[in-house]
Amino acid sequence: MFLEMIQTLPQVLIDGLTLGAVYAVVALGYTMVYGILQLINFAHGEIFMTGAFIGTALFIFLMGMSWITAIPQILVLIVVLVVTASLTGLMGMGIERVAYRPLRKAPRLIPLITAIGISFILQDVVRFIAELSSGNYIVTGPSLFTEQITLKLSSVSSNFNDASFKSSFIIVLVIAIILMVSLDYFINKTKYGIAMRAVALDRDTASLMSINVNKMISLTFFIGSALGGATGVLFAVQYGTIDPFIGFILGMKAFIAAVLGGIGNIRGAMFGGILLGVLEMFAAANLSLITAGILGAEYKDVFAFAILILVLIFKPEGLLGRPVAEKV
Amino acid sequence: MTILQINNIETYYGGIQALRGISMDVKKGEIVTLIGSNGAGKSTTLKSISGLEKVKTGSIFYKEQEITNKPAHQTTLIGMAHVPEGRKIFATLTVKENLLMGAFSVSKKSVIEERMEMVFGLFPILKKRIDQKGGTMSGGEQQMLAIGRALMMKPDLLMLDEPSMGLAPIIVEQIFDIIRQLNQEGITILLVEQNAYQALSIAHRGYVIQNGEIVLSGKGTDLIENDEIREAYLA
Repeated sequence: MFLEMIQTLPQVLIDGLTLGAVYAVVALGYTMVYGILQLINFAHGEIFMTGAFIGTALFIFLMGMSWITAIPQILVLIVVLVVTASLTGLMGMGIERVAYRPLRKAPRLIPLITAIGISFILQDVVRFIAELSSGNYIVTGPSLFTEQITLKLSSVSSNFNDASFKSSFIIVLVIAIILMVSLDYFINKTKYGIAMRAVALDRDTASLMSINVNKMISLTFFIGSALGGATGVLFAVQYGTIDPFIGFILGMKAFIAAVLGGIGNIRGAMFGGILLGVLEMFAAANLSLITAGILGAEYKDVFAFAILILVLIFKPEGLLGRPVAEKV
Repeated sequence: MTILQINNIETYYGGIQALRGISMDVKKGEIVTLIGSNGAGKSTTLKSISGLEKVKTGSIFYKEQEITNKPAHQTTLIGMAHVPEGRKIFATLTVKENLLMGAFSVSKKSVIEERMEMVFGLFPILKKRIDQKGGTMSGGEQQMLAIGRALMMKPDLLMLDEPSMGLAPIIVEQIFDIIRQLNQEGITILLVEQNAYQALSIAHRGYVIQNGEIVLSGKGTDLIENDEIREAYLA
């Protein structure tokens, strides 16, 4: 049994890393907003979904142009990513301004309910627009980066099977990693990144440093939502077909990833996302093997949520989270 | 010249009145102290000045400019710095990052570096701890960092909220020496303290606050001699 697991390992890792990278970038949005407002922004999954729709609409529009074939696909993708990220970023900022800021001083449960409400609104608005413009809320974008790549690992070592994937996997993985590395740099090394952490630690004191707290919160929502929207585009590129409800389960998983890594912790969210993706793909490939055929690959979500429960029981602060010891 | 003028301010926390008409002024170059017992309204007064709390009535002027109810991120842009009670160091930020936050409104790198060197000159220990997380330092070091962070704004008026709180006497001595030194270098000081004797001994003038009201004011040396004060705060 162990040998069989090793055989599929390369494929599991490639699929898992790609899925995990998607979870990780979406998880960043949850963790950043939680870090600064202690709010679980349940609408974030819908920001991701909206990004997928905006991206797909842009692709369909651009691919309809005759001159577009002269441009490399990757450039088209980058343009679509930038436009979509800006739009979803502004959308996130707007949601904070309209729905969360008036509730800043309310008990924490209230904005949480609002977030759930926003998420339903977004789902239905996107569904309405999609149905209105294409007659169906399930939308399939143009297929991009469909070239099949096969890694002939069996010739390297007979322990491994060959791994094969579409070239879009590489694109998704690379772009997600670029997004994560840039965000990490921004948060840790730049003035505004440090200010964002300062606001997350202590709003009053940050404002005594001439930091405009509301602006920093807006910036946090902008960046988190831009990342979420960009990941939506990547998701659409990878899976082709999207519907207005993809944000729910993916948002849940990304949220799990954030909690797994330690909510509020940027690197924790990245680590949690990758870990969850790999574990999930591992479960999909091996569950029926491990349980002698009782549980099939479709139980991978059960596996993911079981991990969450275990982590919460034994390490409630998350894998990279530390209980903060503050000196008075 | 009056640098800070407070006219009859009243501040509420929810339904509870914390300040019942406070009036005071600080002249350029002075050390003025506001003393009083726990809960008298000392911190609230500072917070009302810097904009962390909103006042209900009354007015506040800084350098003849009205700043009543301006948010803190604006009042700190015009030369006023507030070192909050309990130091409020950004615990998971390094010493350097804490100091950088003090200079958030400054964009010129050379100016930031110059000020940082000035702070290190005043508190050499901070230079040694430059990459350490603020929250892992001792109380005295944190107080130095809190003052250093405020000095990164190059303030004309430095407001300190109980800098001696929870510190060993020898450290308190050090901090008060620094305060006096800063004042000699031209920074006006508004010092809130529970440690009345020490505060009055370095202050030019003092105000005594009780239940949200100023009950006594005068020269620092006179207040030390005052029997009421001796009984209430210096015993």
